Amino acid sequence: MLEVRDLVKRFGPIEAVKGVSFSVGMGEVLGFLGPNGAGKTTTMRMITGFLPPSSGAALVGGHDVAREPVAVKRLIGYLPENAPAYHSMTVTGFLQFIADVRGLRGKAKASAVDIAIQKCRLETVRQQTIGTLSKGYRQRTCFAQAILHNPQVLIMDEPTDGLDPNQKHTVRQMIKDMSAEKAIIVSTHILEEVDAICTRAIIISQGKIVANGKPAELRASSPTGRLEDLFRKLTLVESGDARTKEG
Amino acid sequence: MEGFQNSLSVFKRELKSYFESPVAYVFMVGFLLLSGFMTFSVTRFFERQAADLQPFFFWHPWVYLLLVPAATMGLWAEERRTGTIELLLTMPVTLMQAVLGKFFAAWLFITLGVALTFPIVITTCYLGNPDLGVILCGYIGSILMAGAYVAVGMLASAMTRSQVIAFVVSLLICLLLLLAGWPPVTSLFTQWAPAWFVEAVAAFSFSPHFESLQRGVIDLRDIAYYISVMAFMIAGTHVVLENRSAA
Repeated sequence: MLEVRDLVKRFGPIEAVKGVSFSVGMGEVLGFLGPNGAGKTTTMRMITGFLPPSSGAALVGGHDVAREPVAVKRLIGYLPENAPAYHSMTVTGFLQFIADVRGLRGKAKASAVDIAIQKCRLETVRQQTIGTLSKGYRQRTCFAQAILHNPQVLIMDEPTDGLDPNQKHTVRQMIKDMSAEKAIIVSTHILEEVDAICTRAIIISQGKIVANGKPAELRASSPTGRLEDLFRKLTLVESGDARTKEG
Repeated sequence: MEGFQNSLSVFKRELKSYFESPVAYVFMVGFLLLSGFMTFSVTRFFERQAADLQPFFFWHPWVYLLLVPAATMGLWAEERRTGTIELLLTMPVTLMQAVLGKFFAAWLFITLGVALTFPIVITTCYLGNPDLGVILCGYIGSILMAGAYVAVGMLASAMTRSQVIAFVVSLLICLLLLLAGWPPVTSLFTQWAPAWFVEAVAAFSFSPHFESLQRGVIDLRDIAYYISVMAFMIAGTHVVLENRSAA
């Protein structure tokens, strides 16, 4: 469903993403792990067409994002980092706008908005201005925006960042519920999340993939049998064995 | 057709957002107060004993200079600051469709403000027999000029995340364009630039094109001038946004 080939992003002299390749199929939830600044967000921005790659390609549903950005964007639901949303709009107004730009009209639009509000449990705040909502509700509003058109591919940049434990649980449950019929990428630096929702995980460090496998496999390759130690080993070491794991 | 629908969705949201915050009302009241004050108190509309709107239109470039940058400074700067640009540009909308949607929303918003000055037309008709053709022509000229201001403001807004910088930059560019033919401005260039350059700068001025429209002369060249300024600034906005390296 989604394939990334040798993706590179340079910002001037800095190479933020140095040749990342992976693929995600239907029914998979790929955990995208890495320390802050490892290149997770940049990679996601390239897949969603927000930033053009310096080289390499991202294919979604067979469409190259560089050549057919609109076709790719139609297939993707995207929850950017920090869940941005127009603060002066109401939850319903915002979701209606998203439905509008996504080409939904009339009844299809009304029902898509209703379903998204229901799924994200936003009924109580639907007429409230987004600027007045708490962080958790804002996050869910942006989440609702991402799933509004029932996309085949869902890309989420730190969907549980800044939420309290209950809210984290809710968001994870929502991701799990949807995972069967979608290809999902979730970036996080919370390792417990990998076990909770991911079918596979990639660890990225300094713009390169340093590990790729099922959570159980990753744990097996850890010196202590714990994900946390593998993560530390791979992302703290600047050279040596960390680099040999690449690919 | 679909491109038009996309632009229309962006257009509607943008226009609505003016009225969802106090911006629209502050702007409209400011515009009406300022143009009324200038017309009646500064140029002594009644004492002139002439049934035309010359003193009214005379002030438009100056009122726009202050207020249009205020109305356009948020167009992209706010999207960039809050990160909603990442949402907007990962929707199945091309960048040009988004740029056009926003441009026309801001232009229509200013046009609404201009339209609210209609009582002055009624007053003039009550007091004398003005040439309504000339008045209509003046309005057309004023609205076209407003479009050029809006386009400049949008370009400035696309260049930064700070609305203050967007405001100041667009005010300066508009002031330069407004005064381009004025001796103190041309003398800045005569010192070192060749004569053709000085003339070229002078030819870019807003003022002469507006003056002839104000007098009731519809010259295709004046209309073409404003449309090309808008097209140039819109293209510039597209280039700036396409080359941004992040949000």
